[in-house]
Amino acid sequence: MVSERTIGMTQTLSLLPPQLMTTPPLLTMTGVSRRYGDVVALQDVSALAYPGEVLGIVGESGSGKSTLLRMMNLEDTPDTGDYRLALPDLAGNLFGLDRFARRMLCATRIGIVYQNPHQGLLMQHTSSGNVAERLLIAGERSFAALRARGRTALEASEFPLDRMDARPIELSGGMQQRVQLAKAIALEPALLLLDEPTTGLDVSVQALVLDTLKRLQRDRAITMVIVSHDLGVIRTMADRVMVMRRGRVVEQGLSDQIFQDPQHEYTQQLVHAKL
Amino acid sequence: MTPVLQVQNLCKHFEMHHLGQRLMAFDGISFDLQAGEFLLLRGPNGVGKSTLLRTLYRSYLPRAGHIWYHTTEGRIDLARAADVDVALLRRREIGFVTQFLIARPRVAAEDIVAEPLRRAGVAAADALKEARRWLDEFGVKRDLWRAYPTTFSGGEQQKINLARALILPQRLLLLDEPTASLDVGARAALVRRLGDLKAQGVAMIGVFHHPGDVADLIDRDIELTTSEVSEDVAV
Repeated sequence: MVSERTIGMTQTLSLLPPQLMTTPPLLTMTGVSRRYGDVVALQDVSALAYPGEVLGIVGESGSGKSTLLRMMNLEDTPDTGDYRLALPDLAGNLFGLDRFARRMLCATRIGIVYQNPHQGLLMQHTSSGNVAERLLIAGERSFAALRARGRTALEASEFPLDRMDARPIELSGGMQQRVQLAKAIALEPALLLLDEPTTGLDVSVQALVLDTLKRLQRDRAITMVIVSHDLGVIRTMADRVMVMRRGRVVEQGLSDQIFQDPQHEYTQQLVHAKL
Repeated sequence: MTPVLQVQNLCKHFEMHHLGQRLMAFDGISFDLQAGEFLLLRGPNGVGKSTLLRTLYRSYLPRAGHIWYHTTEGRIDLARAADVDVALLRRREIGFVTQFLIARPRVAAEDIVAEPLRRAGVAAADALKEARRWLDEFGVKRDLWRAYPTTFSGGEQQKINLARALILPQRLLLLDEPTASLDVGARAALVRRLGDLKAQGVAMIGVFHHPGDVADLIDRDIELTTSEVSEDVAV
């Protein structure tokens, strides 16, 4: 039986395992499957992200890309699958961790920015308070230190500091995303997850937020996984791209290769449909 | 002589699923390239010269054949190397120079040029100093160094692009019509820089609309000829 993965795929040479890259991946996800009732959300998905790399995940709504990102943030557990992060003091399948250990890990080593700021922020607290909350979870108790570290994170996210005590509800969409980003990077996580971080923003604001992300990536060499249905966003940000459809990975490759020489029928449609 | 690249029977075609058609780009390409050698790709428009460069860089996936690239740690077949290995070589050893700049909003010209050095671990201040030297060399006016190239003219963008692409010496440089849309001064600066790199042992493969621009650098050329244009396939 021909697996669905190879249908519509051009025959090319199969790639070899890495020879020159000797650093192991930071993120290794293997064979992740998840059903919700009759709906197959993820089917045998595997993903790697190397230290300092930006992995892009594209696909239309319902492709499973956001579900996959939530698995990476340990918000959900798959039916089967293995998830590891190559970090000190962290061994074994992370899906096996209990709720408390998950919460600690997510607070300290993984940052996430959601499309909808309501999901990532307390809208009635101050912006600096939202960032400080993350630091409190990690055990910081000194008010001066909280304030200073919150300020540093907001500054790195290019948030205007004269507004750091404004509540997110009073801020524009672009500014809300910067508060989310500041919260996500406050503890200098090893992994930054971005779920449609610029979707819904004006094009000009979107460009500025993407630029901030690029700067952060360059200055801190932070490993990122970015999910978007917007190919332009993925093209700007990602080193490598995974294309998802109906819960499966149909194709993956270097960003420029996916956009210039897509192999899978579905990827060709996606790329050609872009304005 | 030190070989940098050994290309064997390289073949590339594009399968266009929506047309159920296969577009042949080239087939059976073989050549060797030594350190410090400059190879010119010749042939009429549309014969696949740029396609060959992009296949060597792995923006295009080859269909068959080998691209043996010799590193200090042994040889690796770029036709089949893992994506992360290709990405690593692009950061360190293999450069691609096109006439198009992908400018990003709100990134200053000097920062775009300095970026490859920063990624290679050069300190910010040193990288910036070197970037300014190259902007000056290519004749970009000092007033523009801090500006965002998104608004620059095509010719000025091209200078930024070249300065960025050539600032970090590579072992292999792929040149896709880098002289197009350059003024005389910038073209002279480019030819000077390519000459220096060649003397340092950088191997180069280039496509030039006017090969006369780089006549003194060319060691060898390959003529690409048209193969059958397309064939229908059952996809």
